[in-house]
Amino acid sequence: MGSTLAEKVWNAHVVPSGDSGEDLLYIDLHLLHEVNTPQAFDGLRASGRRVRRPDLTLGTEDHNIPTIAVDKPIKDPVARRQSELMRKNCADFDIPLLRIGDPKQGIVHVIGPELGLTRPGMTIVCCDSHTTTQGAFGALAFGIGTSQVEHVLATQTLAMKRPRDMAVTVNGTLRPGVTAKDLVLALIAEIGTAGGQGHIVEYRGTAIDALSMEGRMTLCNMTVEAGSRAGMIAPDATTLEYLATRPGMPQGAAWDAEAEHWKGLRSDPDAVFDKGIVLDGDAVSPFVSWGTNPAQSVPLNGLVPAPDAFATESERAAARHALEYMALTPGMAMRDVPVDSVFVGSCTNGRIEDLRAVAQTLDGRKVADGVRMMIVPGSASVRRQAVAEGLADVFDRAGADFRAGAGCSMCAALNEDRLRPGERAASTNNRNFEGRQGRGSRTHIVSPAVAAATAVSGRLAAPDDL
Amino acid sequence: MEKFTVHHGTAVPLRRSDVDTDQIIPVRFLNHSERTGHADSLFADWRTDPDFVLNQPQYQGASVLIAGNDFGTGSSREYAVWALLNYGFRAVVAPRFGDIFHGNALMNGLLPVILPEGTVERLWNEVTDEPTRQFTIDLTQSHLSCGQINASFHVEEGARRRLLSGLDLIADTLRHEDSIASYERTRRSAMPTTSL
Ligand code: SF4
Repeated sequence: MGSTLAEKVWNAHVVPSGDSGEDLLYIDLHLLHEVNTPQAFDGLRASGRRVRRPDLTLGTEDHNIPTIAVDKPIKDPVARRQSELMRKNCADFDIPLLRIGDPKQGIVHVIGPELGLTRPGMTIVCCDSHTTTQGAFGALAFGIGTSQVEHVLATQTLAMKRPRDMAVTVNGTLRPGVTAKDLVLALIAEIGTAGGQGHIVEYRGTAIDALSMEGRMTLCNMTVEAGSRAGMIAPDATTLEYLATRPGMPQGAAWDAEAEHWKGLRSDPDAVFDKGIVLDGDAVSPFVSWGTNPAQSVPLNGLVPAPDAFATESERAAARHALEYMALTPGMAMRDVPVDSVFVGSCTNGRIEDLRAVAQTLDGRKVADGVRMMIVPGSASVRRQAVAEGLADVFDRAGADFRAGAGCSMCAALNEDRLRPGERAASTNNRNFEGRQGRGSRTHIVSPAVAAATAVSGRLAAPDDL
Repeated sequence: MEKFTVHHGTAVPLRRSDVDTDQIIPVRFLNHSERTGHADSLFADWRTDPDFVLNQPQYQGASVLIAGNDFGTGSSREYAVWALLNYGFRAVVAPRFGDIFHGNALMNGLLPVILPEGTVERLWNEVTDEPTRQFTIDLTQSHLSCGQINASFHVEEGARRRLLSGLDLIADTLRHEDSIASYERTRRSAMPTTSL
């Protein structure tokens, strides 16, 4: 019996320990951000431990920093304290840190790939559930908790049982105007928020092969919203082409050797998955969320569902609750839902390709009266490129607010960018949980193209509707 | 980590599924840099409602939370576990947990008890009728009992061993420092470092 991609990467990282049950897994890259880590450093100090491999550890500032300007001190005292702690912790333990204003700074899951740190076959962890993004490169990348951060800092390993394997095969071709975001929302709507629980998902099939690296990152990013431990896509020509443009890559014969190794990282033809699902890529259309978890999504062509339409009592109760929170009535067309705000950004859709899609729709148009549109680049480098390509001018002319600083911004509402209670947004982020974008906020998860069209029309819309 | 062997206490029925960690502790409270002091932030947005189950007088002092399917999904924030512990919970019973939350709970001595939906439903009814009903959760036997309800549960062996002894996982792993060092000597040399 052959092995899956996940199994191969896992097995290559097991440190022999002789312990039964869990494996001791070696971690190749450990990313940190300023919010979830101070307790881990306190733990190290209290036990007199050091960071084993600062050279495999990198910090960035992304979650709570302001995005209006990159050169002003943080005003919010709590955020400032958190950032100061992060700076002190990284300095004390010799960990490189990309601070706000650094040309390499950005959202942790955006900069890993951008800086060439994310490569096929690696194990990558971060105290953040969307670390799954980086599985797009055929790496095994997943989120961990603060206690595990302390464990990785001290030992460069994690004690874990290998999750089970799940294959998600998407055949056919995504139609024009249908993106990885729509595909992943359709998938989660189909399998539910726990559909991948306890599993590492490997995406495969012609529709996946055709995705750009950015689309693959969007897909793997939201894999965690189906409860999966990680998402992976076997490296192929698209992966290698992307990697070849990244800094710090091996050159000449060393590159050839790596490329050869990476090409071998794929599931064997006779590998057995514990679970599998097959989707028809041709059948996917633009998707939007209506409720308060990402599985509560329907096609943009669809209607707000009636709670009675759900199979189980717990789903019906969840739907009733969500509709009340979202102030929506069953039977309403999703296209009739008006929004107050549009947010483009986050580790799901804050990369250059996303901004290009937004600019394409905004070009020559205006954001609707009464709608505010905020576009926050996923990294400083994404912003520079958007300016160089003229996208920033398009945003400006359309009346959108293109932020100077890169970060999580309104995805997590930890800085001052947030929705007011009851405010409704179309958002390219990944979570529509109650209060996620500010207390009482109402979020509709959408693709960048739908976000842009919605900004213009003032109601949920796709570019074709304009 | 605080040991978990046998726990006695009363329980709160939280009749909701998909309780994500943003609900357990809203993001605006992730600003203390300690593991303690989060009790008031637990379910903060729901607790503004006087009818919310945690506000009901009959459930004060409870140490077991009984929740619906998919408890602790979403964000990896370990604050969710700390808030539950700080509030006084020692165990959460649910049919299914978010993976990262489940791992975080085990690392902190908050016992996640997985029981079938039907059993959870019966437990909900039991503590709705009899809020003072005593629970016994015995990790040495992997067994829960409450009134007439008896149920066995499973906790992964490594985690169970650590919970029973209160063992520090890092110290446990550092026993293997030589193996880690020898693994490092044979890693692929082309792997990147963060010395940018
Ligand atoms: S952009 Fe949003 S989802 Fe991504 S890391 Fe930041 S807060 Fe988390």
